[in-house]
Amino acid sequence: MAVAESPPSDPEAPPKVRVGRTPGRLGNRVFQGISTASGIFILIILAAVAIFLLVRAWPALIAAPSAFEDVGFMLGRDLWSWVWPLLFGTAISSVIALVVAVPLSIGIGLFISHYAPRRLAQGLGYLIDLLAAIPSVIFGLWGIQWLQPLVSPLFTWLSTNGATAWLEENVGPTIFTGYQAPARNILTAGLVLAIMILPIITATVREVFLQTPRLHEEASLALGATRWEMIRQAVLPFGRSGVISATMLGLGRALGETMAVLMVLSPGYLINFYLLQPGQHQSIAANIASHFPEASGLGVDALIASGLILFIMTFGVNLIARWIISRRAEFSGAN
Amino acid sequence: MKLAPSRRLAGISVISALALTLAACGGGDGDDTSTDGDTGGDNGGGATSDLSGSIAGSGASSQENAVGGWIAGFTEANPGVTVSYDPTGSGTGREQFLNGTVLFAGSDAAMSEEELASGVDRCYGGEVIELPLYVSPIAVIYNLPSVEAENINMDPATIAGVFAGEITNWNDPAIADANPDVELPDLPIVPVNRSDESGTTENFTEYLTATAADVWTHGPVETWPISGTQSGAQTSGMIDTVSGAEGTIGYADASRAGDLGTVAVGVGEEYVPFSPEAAAQILDVSPAAADATDLRLTIDLARDTTEAGTYPIVLVSYSIACSVYETEEDAANVAAYLTYVASPEGQDRAAQPDVAGSAPISDDLRERVTAALDQITVAG
Repeated sequence: MAVAESPPSDPEAPPKVRVGRTPGRLGNRVFQGISTASGIFILIILAAVAIFLLVRAWPALIAAPSAFEDVGFMLGRDLWSWVWPLLFGTAISSVIALVVAVPLSIGIGLFISHYAPRRLAQGLGYLIDLLAAIPSVIFGLWGIQWLQPLVSPLFTWLSTNGATAWLEENVGPTIFTGYQAPARNILTAGLVLAIMILPIITATVREVFLQTPRLHEEASLALGATRWEMIRQAVLPFGRSGVISATMLGLGRALGETMAVLMVLSPGYLINFYLLQPGQHQSIAANIASHFPEASGLGVDALIASGLILFIMTFGVNLIARWIISRRAEFSGAN
Repeated sequence: MKLAPSRRLAGISVISALALTLAACGGGDGDDTSTDGDTGGDNGGGATSDLSGSIAGSGASSQENAVGGWIAGFTEANPGVTVSYDPTGSGTGREQFLNGTVLFAGSDAAMSEEELASGVDRCYGGEVIELPLYVSPIAVIYNLPSVEAENINMDPATIAGVFAGEITNWNDPAIADANPDVELPDLPIVPVNRSDESGTTENFTEYLTATAADVWTHGPVETWPISGTQSGAQTSGMIDTVSGAEGTIGYADASRAGDLGTVAVGVGEEYVPFSPEAAAQILDVSPAAADATDLRLTIDLARDTTEAGTYPIVLVSYSIACSVYETEEDAANVAAYLTYVASPEGQDRAAQPDVAGSAPISDDLRERVTAALDQITVAG
């Protein structure tokens, strides 16, 4: 094929290619058109969403702070002092989810790519992918019915053990202070989110780890490295940007997750780090889902404004992720 | 559905006849006459079979289970009519009704003056009809597996103290004194509230304000005013949260209380556990609202009543419709549906514990409801 398609360099040589219409030219153009249109289409959708959010949120953004006093669910706060705690709650639940899910995912990814026998690795990979297909409302039910009773004794211990009590007495409240059953706090919500973002992170890091150049690994082993040392010297540095982008993908899902947070969390509008107390935090997405059905007038605008802020936040997170990855392009799996 | 359009025209003229028929049927004449008529498909005993088309409603989620039962019952008698109800919440329901998205609405609160004014346009110059067709006791539920008594007695001030966070243990003297026969555990009380804006919260806090304003100082609110509490979204979230740990106490639609314990509420000298009869009784002792008319049967609930045997924590949810509709089909179908809802048959159906456990309205109220529904006409 390569020979047949290259144009004849010598005009006097007998033509090796068929003369006439270039085959496949129409197909090329059609395909190019379709893919270009698709690319533009996604941009248009994104712009339309941004414009919709901005237009609908505008009345809330320009409204006087006193105008929000009539909006029941804002409890007399103005837009910004209402949104900040929500933004904080969104961030803290996502951070908890990442702290739990990323190390776990790297472990699972390494096990599948470098430790497990091939057959087991394949089966395990499918199982992890299957987790991604479970709807979030099921994760919410699972969190209420199974996880909350399970973690309750652990949380009670965290909140009442000697070290926490000593710190409370001598230093002040700790992040574990004041646990109250049932376990409807931000830590439980973070744990449920962690399980939800596990599949997407695991799938991505597994693929990246599998792409580690064989020569790097063999060179490391040839120098006398154990398998763990080989992973540390060859696989992890190579996969770093992949791990970062996988983390950002997971973060994107955790930031926007609605149903599970709505179901397992007793919400509140405070900014603090009391991970085990109920009624302290709430995420933007769950807050919208909770209040939208009964909202009217300026309340709807305020909720959409919080959606716009979440949109901007997610956008920013993705931009930063892109920037980190592009800085480390030399490690990317494409080379 | 297979009927010719011209036959629908008969619809409007039979509304009043139909209303009477249904009322009579439910009144004890035997329900089977109306269903027998259907099989013939003719105008014999079942004027019902002449109706066809579809009507959509939306609104209060509190009514959801009852409306489910009413739609099933109404469709049995009127197979030609498709009724749908979207439990979007009272506010959304009123909004969708006023902008013409739906033909009827369910709402836990009566319409505001402003909404009534815009209702005139929506109703083609007619008026908005508001009927209290769903009366549901709100149970104060608790999770104390160690307590075997069927109910725990609490005075209004005790309930207010518990939810205001002032009474914090189950063996508090205020609770123990009212329950000499019950062994109460030494367990912290965990009050649970609704996290979303809710008609249940509003009705519950209205009750607390009416009966114990010096303890419950937050007034009647739709959104829970105290932060740092356990809470759940929607009734299911409330039930899940209360079920999730021992020592919790919350408030929810009595029909959803399930296996949880319920509080017998102090009224006058006695303690009244919730029951449909006790809840329905409050409508008899309550005066009409200031802006009520013969089309808007809104009520000012007397929550601080001392009448014996009255359960004072109730949610009254209104069915909202127009007195004038654009087409005869809509007018006939809405009137027929709401007439069924108000009929003893419809009210009893919703009262069944496995449907909604609501309290059936009194015959006196039904008469006024039927009179209002008779005034539904077509524009022009």
